Amino acid sequence: MNRILALWRTAIGKKVVMALTGLIGLAFLVSHVISNLLVFTDPHHLDEWGEFLRSLGPALWLARAVLLGAVVLHIVAAWQLTQQARAARPGAYARHDTQVATYAARTMRWGGVLLAVFIVFHILHLTWGQFHPDFREGEVGRNLITGLAVTPVALFYAVAMLALGAHFAHGVWSVFQTLGLNHPAWNRARIALAVGSAVLIAGGFLAIPLAALLGVLG
Amino acid sequence: MQLTLKVWRQAGPDAPGRLETHAVEANEHMSFLEMLDVLNEGLIATGGEPIAFDHDCREGICGMCSLMINGQAHGPRAATTTCQLHMREFQDGDTIVVEPFRARAFPVVRDLVVDRSAFDRIIAVGGYITAPTGSAPDGNAIPVPKDSADLAMDAAACIGCGACVAACPNASAMLFTSAKVAHLARLPQGQAERWRRVRAMVEQMDEEGFGGCTNFGECETACPKEISLENIALLNRDHLRATLIDRSGDSSHAGVM
Repeated sequence: MNRILALWRTAIGKKVVMALTGLIGLAFLVSHVISNLLVFTDPHHLDEWGEFLRSLGPALWLARAVLLGAVVLHIVAAWQLTQQARAARPGAYARHDTQVATYAARTMRWGGVLLAVFIVFHILHLTWGQFHPDFREGEVGRNLITGLAVTPVALFYAVAMLALGAHFAHGVWSVFQTLGLNHPAWNRARIALAVGSAVLIAGGFLAIPLAALLGVLG
Repeated sequence: MQLTLKVWRQAGPDAPGRLETHAVEANEHMSFLEMLDVLNEGLIATGGEPIAFDHDCREGICGMCSLMINGQAHGPRAATTTCQLHMREFQDGDTIVVEPFRARAFPVVRDLVVDRSAFDRIIAVGGYITAPTGSAPDGNAIPVPKDSADLAMDAAACIGCGACVAACPNASAMLFTSAKVAHLARLPQGQAERWRRVRAMVEQMDEEGFGGCTNFGECETACPKEISLENIALLNRDHLRATLIDRSGDSSHAGVM
């Protein structure tokens, strides 16, 4: 435990925590996006998936605890590293031309804030039925369709999913570097994996609010 | 060629600074520092205060020159220090913004001169090896694989100029520290202190007030010696192992590597 605390005290250690908690989030989102796409087969399939998750009982609560813990650690580490970085350059340059930093890399912090706001809204919206015109307990597929029929809500979902894609594109690439895995033989595969997983996950999620906005959902 | 320079002027560490505009007549064969020399000669001739800037060898190897030139550390040319940057990289009539490397850990001494002794302190806590004194060892007594030697030499090319910190949006010193860690970690001679070294240097780096790494890659691009981001991955890897697994520093094993 002392060794983990010693690691946490360094900036490198906080990045390791961000990498590992990010991977937990990635694993969750893979299962989330696959189950979400059931809405395009038959919305009742989503209800069945929801019933299955609830049947897991304590295992579901354990998963929720792990996910909540991962999100909290990810945000705390990001907050502390951001404060450290801001303090490290108290006076801004009159001119600073970045050369290779990608859009995804430069928007990690504000994109992360947007995603945090989205996660809170999303749980209020489709778990607790807030901001929802006609929420019915247990009717997961129907709640999704009627919830996204509200255009501003669907737009917010779509924007958040674009932010998610950018966040994962830089995040997945970064995980390898942070955990010490950078090798010329594998770096092209790293980029492919990062961009590929970001496009597949964010694209899968994005399909649902887009379908709602185009009026073809449900 | 006729140039307009916007140069950072700051009378001392705690004095307020500002950009000052100067016209200078240069020719394309001058180095950037020679152009500043010409500007300073003019300033001295008219009773002004010359602009303070760091320089020493002027052949790209000492790490003393610095400068943010139009928003890029050491200016626009890749793999080039400011002293090796020539005015042919610019056009007649250009306006060039010249600022010091900015980081809390690199306080401004005066004008464009910053104090980079934070780097010296990072090296001091771990950038050494234990070697027996007395007669010189045989040159090739310790076999070193060719690729290890090459990678170590690539890391050892770091001249400690601080361009990585200057270019990093987080003012992080990860590329510098990783180069110092990697050039010894890649060699058999560096193994004895390997894990202790990385812990000490990382701790010192944080203590000096540098930011963390967010994998932008700006440092690698700005580096006049093209130090690779691979070194940062090695630093991360070695730091993980040193912190979580390595046993040097355990109380019951004090003094044992």
